[in-house]
Amino acid sequence: MDLGNEVQKILSWTSVCGNLGLHLVWQILHLIINVWYSVLGIARMVDSTLISSGLLKSYNAVNISKVRYLAVVIESEEARQTSKVLELLCWLASIGIKSIGLYDREGVLKKSQEVIIEGLNKYQKATVEGSDHGTLLEHVSFADTLLCHKHVDLEFVSFADSKPAVAKAANLLFAKHYVCTKPEKPTFTESDMSEALQAVGYGGPEPDLLLVYGPVRCHMGFPAWRIRYTEIVHMGPLKSMKFGSLLKAIHKFTKVHQNYGQ
Amino acid sequence: MVLKLQLQLFKFGPIPNHIAFILDGNRRYAKQRNITEGTGYRAGFFAVMSMLKYCYELGVKYITIYALSIDNFRRRPEEIQYLMDLMLEKVEGLLKQESVVNEYGVRIHFVGNLKLLDEPVRVAAEKAMQATANNTKINLLICVAYTSTDELVHAVQASCQEKWNEIQEVNANQSQNAEITEEKLELDHIIKLVDIERHTYMGLTPDPDILIRTSGATRLSNFLLWQTTNCLLYSPKVLFPEIGLRHLVWAVLNFQRLYPHLEKEKKQF
Repeated sequence: MDLGNEVQKILSWTSVCGNLGLHLVWQILHLIINVWYSVLGIARMVDSTLISSGLLKSYNAVNISKVRYLAVVIESEEARQTSKVLELLCWLASIGIKSIGLYDREGVLKKSQEVIIEGLNKYQKATVEGSDHGTLLEHVSFADTLLCHKHVDLEFVSFADSKPAVAKAANLLFAKHYVCTKPEKPTFTESDMSEALQAVGYGGPEPDLLLVYGPVRCHMGFPAWRIRYTEIVHMGPLKSMKFGSLLKAIHKFTKVHQNYGQ
Repeated sequence: MVLKLQLQLFKFGPIPNHIAFILDGNRRYAKQRNITEGTGYRAGFFAVMSMLKYCYELGVKYITIYALSIDNFRRRPEEIQYLMDLMLEKVEGLLKQESVVNEYGVRIHFVGNLKLLDEPVRVAAEKAMQATANNTKINLLICVAYTSTDELVHAVQASCQEKWNEIQEVNANQSQNAEITEEKLELDHIIKLVDIERHTYMGLTPDPDILIRTSGATRLSNFLLWQTTNCLLYSPKVLFPEIGLRHLVWAVLNFQRLYPHLEKEKKQF
């Protein structure tokens, strides 16, 4: 009996030590992963600097015509950094992107809409007048800065335009097809749904490319109806955004071929 | 046993409850190896079984796979027929006593517009769902004839029909003066968001925590667009038949690393 108890004690002690050991290994594994991402961050910074400097010639000519509408999803906390958002917009405008959708879940960007539009207009005006605009456009050639003054279509989107919009469209379809005297109720199609979303004010183009600024590669609830075939690229935190990384992401997108399920 | 011990290591952190897979790369895998597309799809099936086993050992409760999109029906008819035949063969195989489904207590769900499937496949699918209805260890959701946009249209239609039936029932029991008429309905708020969510094909399951699309493509191709609001998207370059434990482990480790942020976002909405 004593031997049995002793063996049990030893086994129990071994199990506890084993568990502690495994836990330590798990923590070391996560430490290695964090170090890996730090090293990756430095490598990306170097890569971005090389791209911005024009040394990597393949990025000097980007076929922008493939990007008809670009969406930017920003984590709501980071979206409060209006100056960073403005800087990003001007970079996009300088690359030649003409239609941009700005999304954050809480609607922070919508609330800052006027400030952002005014800021973008000021930068564009400053570019045209050739006045000193600090380091904002230091990565862009003079020829590119001329593009910054061209009109950019901006759309501000939040979660309210996403799932709740589908509920509104559903109510419209209910009113139109069910609350009427016809005995036969129709079978809804995707066209009916698209038209209903449009009618309640939540239509909008499908982005070709969606850039995510935040800690996680995740679309954060961007309107589901609009991202069927959208390429979703994670850019990292907004505070660490780099012009070279932006150019690389757009360049990479222009090389993508989709077969749309066929 | 070795696998169990290996995966024990990762259980010190949060384990995702639901992992979804887009099975991209079966045809490219076949082309690279100079084998038939059919063999590529079969290799993909084996990879699904491997992922199921790994997820089971990890403690994942829901796995969803994008087996066949409505868009895929635009492929060559012979390819579609092959896929239907393969699905029938594999579903019937899964129901055999010695299969992995019974060994691991897998409950199978077929999710999508099943009316678009050939009748033998639809019947086999319904049989599989019934036969495994009492299994509780892990859920395998197989999306066939599925797209998110079709799912939403279906959910909206079902919500409308449900509300209409409720109104008719109320009116049948009320006197003429108390009937619910068009004037009395608040037509803007009849259908609520929770109604639509309840009627989605995926309505009975929790949203996925991780979505893995192989072959390096960064799009969702009309898959779980509604359910992936707070989902970590991972796109390894590997072709689906070649996906291994290391890819799954990497996804889980990243999920654990980002868990505090993901949970914070989920709680806010």
